[in-house]
Amino acid sequence: MDFSSFSEQLVQQLINGVSLGSIYALIALGYTMVYGIIKLINFAHGDIYMVGAYIGFFATSMLHLPVVPALIISMIVTGLLGMLIERLAYRPLRHAPKVSVLITAIGVSLFLEYTTMFFVSPQPRTFPNVMESVTYHMGPFVVNSQQILILVITTILMLVLTYIVQKTKVGKAMRAVSFDTETAQLMGIDANRVISITFGIGSALAAAGGVLVGVYYNSIDPLMGIMPGLKAFIAAVLGGIGIIPGAMAGGVILGVIESLVSGFLSSTFRDAAAFAILILVLLFKPSGLFGKNTREKV
Amino acid sequence: MNLSRIKDLKIIALSVVGFAIIQLLLTENIIGSFWELNIILIGINIIMSVSLNLINGYTGQFSLGHAGFMAVGAYVSAILTVKFQMPFLVGLIGGAAGAGALGFLIGLPTLRLQGDYLAIATLGLGEIIRICILNIPYVGGASGFMGIPRYTSFAWTFFIVLFSIFFIKNFVNSSHGRACIAIRENEIAAEAMGVDTTKYKVMAFTIGAAFAGVAGGLFAHYFYIAHPASFTFMASFNYLTMVVMGGLGSITGSIVGAVILTFISAALASWPEFRMIIYSLALILLMFYRPQGLFGNIELTDLKIFKRFKGGRK
Repeated sequence: MDFSSFSEQLVQQLINGVSLGSIYALIALGYTMVYGIIKLINFAHGDIYMVGAYIGFFATSMLHLPVVPALIISMIVTGLLGMLIERLAYRPLRHAPKVSVLITAIGVSLFLEYTTMFFVSPQPRTFPNVMESVTYHMGPFVVNSQQILILVITTILMLVLTYIVQKTKVGKAMRAVSFDTETAQLMGIDANRVISITFGIGSALAAAGGVLVGVYYNSIDPLMGIMPGLKAFIAAVLGGIGIIPGAMAGGVILGVIESLVSGFLSSTFRDAAAFAILILVLLFKPSGLFGKNTREKV
Repeated sequence: MNLSRIKDLKIIALSVVGFAIIQLLLTENIIGSFWELNIILIGINIIMSVSLNLINGYTGQFSLGHAGFMAVGAYVSAILTVKFQMPFLVGLIGGAAGAGALGFLIGLPTLRLQGDYLAIATLGLGEIIRICILNIPYVGGASGFMGIPRYTSFAWTFFIVLFSIFFIKNFVNSSHGRACIAIRENEIAAEAMGVDTTKYKVMAFTIGAAFAGVAGGLFAHYFYIAHPASFTFMASFNYLTMVVMGGLGSITGSIVGAVILTFISAALASWPEFRMIIYSLALILLMFYRPQGLFGNIELTDLKIFKRFKGGRK
């Protein structure tokens, strides 16, 4: 491989990596927000993303909606589902030991997977062609319209999220609860409501990721959430769990690394690379790229 | 002979009687092959859950990669028996040694992590082990290691299960085990009292991994095949569920958890579409109403009813 074709492939893999990574980032945001607020690794988050993809699928194939309204419907319905799950499964265990909440999250994850499988059959579905695939050639590089859609929508959603978290009253309450739940409650913040809203927003973002993946890869199935769920968690850890800009950056970095590994090494090592990053981050900088080291006090 | 040794001997005598009964039923074909398979699976799951309990329940180190060590044990033992024509026992010991060595190597750096971070790191390591196996053509790659002879029988499973339970029980009741429990209760306090926390954490992790390797060897030599898909992190979750269901820090709890969960999934086998839905709901409800597991950290043999038999039974 001479240098010019190498650099061409490099840039091409970077483009693919950024579009894959922005989907990881959308899912990672939900993980990181939930972890930041109640210190729970929500293993069901990947399956919420899958449910979002299915709602988008039904909105486009049965109601014949174009992609953006389908995306919005999916985000609203899935957001409500996330709040419902929090209310029914996690809130009763707010003061239970960590292991039992973790097991409950695994239970919720299995429940979502197999209930969806029961209703929509385990076969993969082909996502309807909701937008024409136009391929743009910019010099030697190829970008298609789906990738542009992914980039535009994730950028908008992240701007909206940053606005909500930084500028609104709810966002301020979220930051306060995540900083110190008990003190926030003493200041008159209804922590349960804030946690519920956090689950809603996180689930809605995951649903957006699910619909975009459906549009991008054209195929969805009930177990599609497992791997992206784990990858998104890695992205969240990479960026520093609990830190919102960290999740965005972590997702994109992870996507780029995965694309580079599958482009230049072998696609079978793609998943191993993601986990290797996880181990390295945990060993050398467990607080993540954007995190600050905190000392443990006895 | 002290009291606990007498109690142990009584339990062993009773379980040998139980073994003889089940073996008789198996040879007389009163128990069919479907239930024979499940009895052996129960045995393998007991080894997995009891050894995971040593790591998670007694030492308090949250590990989610136990299936990875099982995979190492399964493949190493299969390589020894198939490629080198070694006897089964050598295969099992080799599997245990391989998994234990890997557990030691992995445990040394990762056990510095705590809580959720350790859980995620071990989950990731379990997946890395599986993906690496998937990419080794020598052991069959993605299609699995085929052509493994069936050496595992009920007798093998039973006595290895008995050995594992007593090994881990005696470890927990030794001074090493007390050090592990001290780490679980309060790591900083344990360190201040002079417990070498790293040493005991790695020790518990290595022993747990080695027994998972034995379970893997039994598994591969019963099903004729070792396949990477049997050792995903969902399998690790499944073993964790057994431990938590029985109660973290209760060996008899782990045994009961393994028996109940294997039995439930076997009983629901005829309704595959509802099986996982019921299973997941049962899991959530158990966590709601009994978050400490069925037994908490109490041993079944310590309950009053069993004390009345002067020595207890299994």
